[in-house]
Amino acid sequence: MRLWMIFLALWLPFAAMAGEARPVAEDPILEQRMIGLSENLRCLVCQNESLAGSRADLAQDLRQEIREQMRAGKSDEQVIDYLTQRYGDFVLYNPPVKPLTWLLWFGPFALLIGAAGGLYAYIKRRGDRPVDEPLSEEEKKRVADLLGNGR
Amino acid sequence: MKRFLIPLGIFIVLVGFLAVGLRLDPREVPSPLVGKPAPDFKLALLSDPAKQLSPADLRGKVWLFNVWASWCASCRQEHDLLLDLSRQGGVLIYGMDYKDQPGDAQAVLNRYGNPYVETVVDLDGRTGMNYGVYGVPETYLIDKNGIIRYKHTGPVTVEILSKKILPLVKELQQ
Repeated sequence: MRLWMIFLALWLPFAAMAGEARPVAEDPILEQRMIGLSENLRCLVCQNESLAGSRADLAQDLRQEIREQMRAGKSDEQVIDYLTQRYGDFVLYNPPVKPLTWLLWFGPFALLIGAAGGLYAYIKRRGDRPVDEPLSEEEKKRVADLLGNGR
Repeated sequence: MKRFLIPLGIFIVLVGFLAVGLRLDPREVPSPLVGKPAPDFKLALLSDPAKQLSPADLRGKVWLFNVWASWCASCRQEHDLLLDLSRQGGVLIYGMDYKDQPGDAQAVLNRYGNPYVETVVDLDGRTGMNYGVYGVPETYLIDKNGIIRYKHTGPVTVEILSKKILPLVKELQQ
C-alpha cells in the first residue's frame, strides 16, 4: 500500500507538466471587436462564408491584419475603408447605398408598391361587377324545397 | 389570349435574367484598383535576394504583373502561355511569388521555364493584400504612368490574352 502511494506521488510531476489551456487571444476584448467586424465581411476565397468563420489562408491573414490595425488604434470605419480600397464593396455583406446599388436597396420596395397598386386595381375592377343579384322566383322555390318546406 | 400575355411577359423577363446570371462568374470580383496607381512595394528579387524592385523602377514601361506561387496548380495552366508571350516579346512580364518558399518557386522556373523578366518575392502576402489578391494566379496590366489598367483573376487564357490584354497593351504602348 505504501509502495503504491510513493509510486503515485512520483507520477505527480508528469501530470503537472500537461500544462493549462492557453487563452484564445492575447486580448479578448480586441478579439471580440475583430470578430464582430469580420462577421459582416465576406471571405473572398469562399464567398459564402464570413471572414470571421472562414479557415481560408487569406481570411486568416486578413483577420490578423484587422487585429493589428485595431491594436494600432484604427477605428472600425478605417479598417473597412482599408479593405474596400483593396477588395471593393464586394467584401461587405452590407453594401453601401449609392446609385449602383439603388436597385438592390429600393427594388424590393418598388416591387411591393407596384404589386400593391396592381392588387388595388384588380380588386376595384372586380368590385364593379354586380354581386348582389336578387334570386328569381324559381330559385326561391328551389331553396324552399331544399330547406325542407315542401315535405 | 390577352390574359396569357402578362405571365408570358414576366416569364420571358425572368428567363432573360437567369440566362445572364448563369453566364456571370461569381469568382470574378471587380477590382476597385483598376484605374488607380499600382500599390507601391519594394521587394527582393527571386534571382538575387540582395536586389530589390519597386513599381517606380518600371515607369515608362507597359508591363504585366503576374502573381503566382509554386503551390498554385492553376498557375501551371497559364505557364506555357506566359512563356509564349515572353518569347514574342510584346510586353514585359514581371512576376510576384506570393506566400511561397523562394526555393520552391525557383525550382518551378528551372523546370518549366521562366517567362518573367524578374520575379519579386512576397513572403508574408502583405503586398498581395495591397493588390487585392484573393486567388492566385492574378494578372495586372500596368501602364507607363504606373496605373493599373486591367486585372484578370485566374489563369490567363488565349481568349483573354488576344481579346483583352494584347489590344490594351498595343493601345497603351503608343
